[in-house]
Amino acid sequence: MGVKLLLEKANVPGIRSFEVYRREGGYRSVEKALKEMNPELIVEEVKKSGLRGRGGAGFPTGMKWSFIAKPEGVPRHLVCNADESEPGTFKDRYLMEFIPHLLLEGLIVSSFALGSNDTYIYIRGEYAWITDILEEAIEEAKAAGFLGKNILGTGFDCNIHVQRGAGAYICGEETALIESLEGKRGNPRIKPPFPAIQGLWMRPTVVNNVETLAAVVPIINMGGDEYAKIGVGRSTGTKLISACGNINKPGVYEIDMTISVEEFIYSDEYCGGIKGGKQLKACIPGGSSVPILPANLLLKTAKGETRYMNYESLSDGGFATGSMLGSGGFIVLDEDQCIVKNTLTLARFYRHESCGQCSPCREGTGWMEKILYKIEHGKGSMSDIDLLWDIQRKIEGNTICPLGDAAAWPVAAAIRHFRDEFEWHINNPELSQTSNFGLQHYADPIHVPA
Amino acid sequence: MAYIFNDTQMAEFKRLVARYPEGKQKSALLPVLHLAQDSFDGWLPTEALDYVASLLQIEPIEVYEVATFYSMYNLKPVGKYVFEVCQTGPCMISGSDSIIDYIKQVLSIQPGETTKDGLFTLKLVECLGACGYAPMMQVGKIFREHLTKEKVDAIIAEYRQTANNN
Amino acid sequence: MSEQTLFKVTIDNITVEVPAGTTILQAARKIGGEVAPPAMCFYSKLKGSGGKCRTCLVEVAKGSEKDPRPMPKLVASCRTTVMDGMEVKNITSEKVVEARAGVVEFLLLNHPLDCPICDQAGECHLQDLSFEHGKSGTRYEFQRRTFKKHDLGKNIQLHMTRCILCYRCVFTADQLTNKREHGILDRGDHAEIATHIEKSLENEFIGNVIDVCPVGALTDKTFRFKNRVWFLKPMDAHRDCPTCSGRVTLWNRGDEVFRVTARKDEWGEIEDTPDGQPGWICNTCRFDKKETSDWVIEGPREINRHSVIAQGHYSGKIGTTKPNETFTAVNDGRTPQLLMDIHDESEVNQPSIHLSQTKGPSHGETFNNNKA
Repeated sequence: MGVKLLLEKANVPGIRSFEVYRREGGYRSVEKALKEMNPELIVEEVKKSGLRGRGGAGFPTGMKWSFIAKPEGVPRHLVCNADESEPGTFKDRYLMEFIPHLLLEGLIVSSFALGSNDTYIYIRGEYAWITDILEEAIEEAKAAGFLGKNILGTGFDCNIHVQRGAGAYICGEETALIESLEGKRGNPRIKPPFPAIQGLWMRPTVVNNVETLAAVVPIINMGGDEYAKIGVGRSTGTKLISACGNINKPGVYEIDMTISVEEFIYSDEYCGGIKGGKQLKACIPGGSSVPILPANLLLKTAKGETRYMNYESLSDGGFATGSMLGSGGFIVLDEDQCIVKNTLTLARFYRHESCGQCSPCREGTGWMEKILYKIEHGKGSMSDIDLLWDIQRKIEGNTICPLGDAAAWPVAAAIRHFRDEFEWHINNPELSQTSNFGLQHYADPIHVPA
Repeated sequence: MAYIFNDTQMAEFKRLVARYPEGKQKSALLPVLHLAQDSFDGWLPTEALDYVASLLQIEPIEVYEVATFYSMYNLKPVGKYVFEVCQTGPCMISGSDSIIDYIKQVLSIQPGETTKDGLFTLKLVECLGACGYAPMMQVGKIFREHLTKEKVDAIIAEYRQTANNN
Repeated sequence: MSEQTLFKVTIDNITVEVPAGTTILQAARKIGGEVAPPAMCFYSKLKGSGGKCRTCLVEVAKGSEKDPRPMPKLVASCRTTVMDGMEVKNITSEKVVEARAGVVEFLLLNHPLDCPICDQAGECHLQDLSFEHGKSGTRYEFQRRTFKKHDLGKNIQLHMTRCILCYRCVFTADQLTNKREHGILDRGDHAEIATHIEKSLENEFIGNVIDVCPVGALTDKTFRFKNRVWFLKPMDAHRDCPTCSGRVTLWNRGDEVFRVTARKDEWGEIEDTPDGQPGWICNTCRFDKKETSDWVIEGPREINRHSVIAQGHYSGKIGTTKPNETFTAVNDGRTPQLLMDIHDESEVNQPSIHLSQTKGPSHGETFNNNKA
C-alpha cells in the first residue's frame, strides 16, 4: 500500500459530513495556518513541498502563488477550478463528491495565504448534484465557524461560493474560466496580462485545480519538507489517477508516484489488469490531450528502462517516444480498440469544444475531424495522413490557448505511433468496416504478467 | 406561458446575485440561466432570455451570446427527460455506440429528436467526466452509469412510471 | 514627452525606437513595408481587438536586453509589447512564414472565395493576404460552411458566409454606440455574428462596422452591386455635420457619388481627425449624402500605387464629366448577346462538378462529342 494523503479517509462512513470529517482530524490545517502561521509562511511551505498543479500543466503551485499582485485597496481572489472536463479525468469529481470538506479545508488555508475573502469554486455544469453537496458542506463549515466572518476569532473573513458552468470544456482554461465566472462566453483571454495581475473583475486572481488545493491540507499538516519526501524527484507528494477504459477496476486511485506503469495497470491494488484477459494495445496516460503510447513504449521507455507513474518518467523521450502525466486521466485501450476511431472521437470532442475565437483552432479542429471521419469510414486516401500531420502541426503552438495543442497532440501521436493502422484502414476500406487491425502493429506479442 | 419567476424562484435569484460584488451582477448570468431553464419547461425561449437580461440589467445580446455558447442551455423545446449520452473516447471504447443504437431503437428517435409523447429526448454529448463508469448518460441532474441494454430498459420504465404518477 | 522611456527594438534586422508600451505590430508599422505583419482582426482604434486571427504571429528571437531568452512560441505581434533590446523576426523567420501560410489556409477554409461577386473585392484584406501568402489551390475537399444573408437594418447587409470572426464589428458597436445589439452567437466552427432575433441595427454610428470589416461580410446596401471599387475615383471631401467629423472619402464615377466611407490610412484603418480623434462617420454622412453638392471636395485621395483601386485614379478635371465607356458604346452600338453557354460545352465548366473530379483538361474532342 502506498501513502494516502487525500483519500486516506475517503471510505470512513459519513465522511461527507462536517461532524465525521472533523472527528477524523479534519480542519486541523485551518487552525494551524490561521493561528500559528502567516500568509508568507504558508506560501513558503507550499514552495518547499514542491507541489505542482494537478490540473494538467504541472506548474509549481508555490511559485504561482508568489506571482499574485498585491496592489493597495484592491481585493484579491482565489478561484478553484472544478471544471474537470478532460476526457478520461474524473478524479476531482470523486474528491468533491466523497470528501467535500477536504477541498473546503484546502480552500480556506489557501484563501488565507492569498488574502482572498471571496473565493469561488467554478464547477462544471454537469456536476449538478456535487454543487449541492458542496453548498451543503459550506453551510456546515460556516455554522462551525470555519467560514464566514472572523474565522476562529482570528479576524480573517472568508466566504466560498460555488458557481456552476454550463457545458464548455474550454472553461477549464483559467482565463476562459474567469470570463465565464464574469457571466460571459468562455473565450480565453489573450495574455498578458496574467490572472495574477488582472484576473477576475480585473483583480489579482489565482486559479488552482481541486486536487492542488486539497493537497495544501497535508502540506500544512505535515510541513512542506515532509511532503516533498514522498514521491520522487520533482514529482513530490501523491497524485490522484482516474483510470478508465478496458481495465478490470476503473476508478480513482491515489498513488505516490513511485510505482511503475506496469504495476499500476496490472496490480490488483489498482487497475487489476486488462478486462477479459485481453492484451494491452495502447494507453493515453494523462487525459485525452496527451500523446497516446503503444504498449511497448508505455511500460518501458525508449531506452528500455521501466516507466513510472510520475511527471518525469511519463514524459521521458519527449513527444517522440514519451507522453505526459497531465491531469491523471489514464485511458487504457485493449487489443480490440481501433486507434483511428478513438482518434476520431477525440478530434470530434475538441472540435465541439473549440471556442471559435482564433482561426487555427476554429477551422483546423473541424478539418481534422472530417478527414478522420473519412478514413474511419473507408473513404480515406494515403495523402490524408500527411495532410492530417500537416494540419496538426499548423495548429500546435499557434493558438491563443492550449486547446489548440490539446487537439493537435492526440492526432499527431496516433499517426506517429500507429501510422500502419491508418494505412491499413485506407488500403482495406471494406475490411476495416467489419474487422479490426488489432495488434498487428507489434512485432512481438506484449508481455502480460500472469 | 409567462416568463416570470415566482416568489421561490425570485428568492433563489437574489441568493445567486448576492454572491458577487456590487455592480458585478452579470457574473450571475450562468446560474440564473440554469434557474430559468429549470423554471420554464426545461428550455429557454427568447422571451426567457430577455427576461433574464432585464433582471440582471444587461443587454439582451449579452444573454444570447452566453446562452448559445454553452451546451447545457436548450434553446429549443425538449422532452420531459433528456437522455444525454456520452460518446467521447473513453465511453466509446467501453461500448457507448451500442447503447446509443439501442436507445434509438427502443425510443424510435434519432439524436436531437423527442418521442411523440413528449417524454424523452436523445442528445449525444461529449465527455461528462464519468469515464470510469462508462457507458453513461446524464438525465436531468443525475448521471446514470455502467449502462447496459437492461439498465436502459429499466431507466425508461422508471421515467414512464414517474410521468404516469404525476 | 522628454521623460517618456524609449525602447529599441529590432525587427527583421531594422532597428527602431518606440515608446514603452508599444506593441511589436505598431513598431513594425513604424518601419513599414513588408516588415509590418498583416493584421486581420487587430484594429488600433478599437480597444481590446486583436490576438484572434493569428496572421500577425512573429518570432521573438531575443526577449530583451535584460532577459535575452527567446520566446518559446510565436507570439501575436498585435498584443505583445516591445521590450528594450528585443529582436523580432517577421519575414526573416521561416517558422513565421510557414505558420502564416497555415493561418491563411485556415481563414480561407470556409471562405466562399466568391470575390467575383463580392463588393469588397479590390479592397479586401483577406484577398490581399491570400494573394501574398496563400496557395493557388485548396486542400479542403468538404462542403464549406454557409449561412443565409441577413439584413441588419435598411443599410447594412451581413453576409456571414464570408466572415472570418475578427470581432471588430462587435468592438465597434460596444465602443461607438451606447447599446450593442449584435454579437457572436454559438461557438467553435459554427460561431456567427448575429442579432439572434431578426433585428435592425439602429444607431447613428453603426455604419462604421462596414468600414472595419476586413472582408465582404458587412457591406453597404446603398452601394451593393452598383460598381467595382477600382472603377471609382476616391475623393476626400467634408461637410459640416452636426453628428460626426464629416470628413469622408467619396467614391465617385463622373459626378455621381456611389458611396461614402470614412477616410482610411495605409493599414486600412480609420484616419484620425486633425484633433487626434478617430474619424468615425455617422450614418447620415455615409448613407444619405449621395450628391456631390452635399460635399466640399478637397481633392483626389492618395491611394497606394500597388492597390488595384489606383487603376481608377485618372487625372483631369474632377467629378464633372460622365465617362462614356459604356458597354453599348465600346460595342459600336451593339448590345451584348449570349453566344453560347459554356456550361453545355464541357464538364469542366459545369458548376456541379468539382474540378478535381474531371478526367483531364477539356479539349476539342470533348466539344465535338458534345455537339454530336
